[in-house]
Amino acid sequence: MTQSTANCPNCGAKIAFRWSASVQTVCEYCKSILVRTDVDLKKVGQVADLPPNSSPIQLGTEGVYGPHSFVAIGRIIYEYDQGNWNEWHLMMNDGTSGWLSDAQGDYAVTFNASGRKLPDQCKIGQQYTWDKEAYTVSTITKAHYRGVEGELPFQYCDKTDVVFVDLMSYTGKFATIDYSDDDPVLYLGAAVAFESLKLKNLRSFEGWS
Amino acid sequence: MSSGGPTPAGAPQVKSLNCPSCGATLTLRSFSHAVTIVCDSCHSILDAQDPRLKILQTFQAATDEDPPLIPLGTRGSIRGTAYEAVGFQRRTIHVDGVPYSWHEYILFNPFQGFRYLTEYNGHWNDVSILRSLPICSPGASTLNYLGETYRLFQTATAGTSFVLGEFPWQVRVGETVEVCDYVSPPRVISSEKTGTEVTWSMGEYVAGRDIWKAFKLQGDPPAPIGVYENQPSPLSENVKLVWSLVAVFVILLVAMLLFIYSTARDEQVFEQSYEFNTNIKREASFVTDPFELKGHTSDVELTTRARVDNNWIYLNYTLINQDNGHAYDFGREVSYYHGYDEDGSWSEGGTQDTVTVPSVPPGNYYLRVEPESDYYRGAIYYTITLKRDVPQLSFFGLGALALLFPAGLVTWRSLNFEHLRWAESDYGGSPDDGSFLSTIENAVDSVKSMSGDDDE
Repeated sequence: MTQSTANCPNCGAKIAFRWSASVQTVCEYCKSILVRTDVDLKKVGQVADLPPNSSPIQLGTEGVYGPHSFVAIGRIIYEYDQGNWNEWHLMMNDGTSGWLSDAQGDYAVTFNASGRKLPDQCKIGQQYTWDKEAYTVSTITKAHYRGVEGELPFQYCDKTDVVFVDLMSYTGKFATIDYSDDDPVLYLGAAVAFESLKLKNLRSFEGWS
Repeated sequence: MSSGGPTPAGAPQVKSLNCPSCGATLTLRSFSHAVTIVCDSCHSILDAQDPRLKILQTFQAATDEDPPLIPLGTRGSIRGTAYEAVGFQRRTIHVDGVPYSWHEYILFNPFQGFRYLTEYNGHWNDVSILRSLPICSPGASTLNYLGETYRLFQTATAGTSFVLGEFPWQVRVGETVEVCDYVSPPRVISSEKTGTEVTWSMGEYVAGRDIWKAFKLQGDPPAPIGVYENQPSPLSENVKLVWSLVAVFVILLVAMLLFIYSTARDEQVFEQSYEFNTNIKREASFVTDPFELKGHTSDVELTTRARVDNNWIYLNYTLINQDNGHAYDFGREVSYYHGYDEDGSWSEGGTQDTVTVPSVPPGNYYLRVEPESDYYRGAIYYTITLKRDVPQLSFFGLGALALLFPAGLVTWRSLNFEHLRWAESDYGGSPDDGSFLSTIENAVDSVKSMSGDDDE
């Protein structure tokens, strides 16, 4: 894989990777979407202007989840009929990666949980058990990619429409099944209270402290 | 964008916009979270995500039809976090054709997201979306959330009938949701069903004056009318407390009783038999031999046994302290009548009477006795017995009664409050959640229904 620092093949700006396993990043300057190959960076796309977004989180926001601290190093913005939301890509201090979703102030932290049996499709109210926890399908969201920023653990594929199935448990656990690929991907985690994340380096809001 | 360095994530600002329909100025307070925004002037619901603010719906409403009690844009502190009132809606349900409306305030904090306040007839609830699912089987009248049982209070179709400000969802006037409320005062868990999707939220009862304080509002909050579904009973906590206090005091009383019984002298100090000849008309008073009352100041129990048979004797007693002349005056009557009539045999009174003289100090005493009766009824034989330091059960009975009275009163008032609450429910009747109060209530109800059967 490319070194942790390289130059943007489009504009020549310096590109630094914060996480060794990142597959893709976006050039801060020219907004080229760059994918790491064995030898260098390859431009695979271009990010259009991001939609207005009022998340208090930004690249570089640090926080704590369970025993681990993390830093937000990338994000995917999705848009649906109730606005847009962010999936922040977290680099955990144990070297793994996680996701912090932030939808209008509802926060959840999830981790890729592949290897579990997943349904081909879901209906609201259906129940599934993973890792001895019962999850019930609460929402099915049809959304589309609206943009990316920073480092991601996979290559941004130019899909437009995606389907997310959100599941809740009786104990505050949270699950999402991403149906954007042929093979659905399960993420398991928990709904979290904002304060519990002890976030630092947040954005500021005019008139709010 | 391609040069000039990284784009800083600038601080989002409150935006001023103009209504595309009437040109009035709109303030966007929840930044890009707002999905719809309502023009107060022309009552257009606009697409807040669309830079051109596409008009989604226009609804009929009078100017200032329903002014929010918390003006939009007002900030207040809820659980230590500042929130700004950004949206307001009135929702209406119909019960037997009668509309009932409540108000909902959408509160916003850029970090914590959204939170809601509801107000109905002066009753307020602080509402947030649940992060866990309640355990709820279909058709059941209770649900369980994090170990607590909530009881179904009402099911209704709620329609949005008035909107103001901005909403983090696609709000429309006339849109309906299926609402179910499950209560466990001071909390209520509500489900809102649109299509197949269910949103769960939890409300906690808040006093109007606390809302006024939090948002620094002028004047006084509207006085709450009636008992609200999850209004905490001002007494239900007291009921448990008062009964545990009663239990503690009863235990103390019993302990005292045992102590006094085991330490009381209960000693006979005097006994003498006399004859009262009613055939002789003369002054019949006399004094007894002196006797000693020992120990500490305590009671003296005087028993009169008289051989009366369809006859009476009245005795004027004076217990006199020989040392200082202090006297205790009291009169006792022993009468016993019996006979036979068309209803069978009857009797009245008895041949024995006991009286207690409380707090008699130790010393040497004697009794002055003056018997009276009808004349010419022959001799009446009677015996006077005096006992010192006799434990008095009746005082403990009185003590227990004094404890039970307030406890009973608090319980009764609390039951009354619960009756008022559940009278408003679609699923009225006494709650049977196994709680202390419901156990009493069910007992009261079964007594009531038993006496009701008697009336019929």
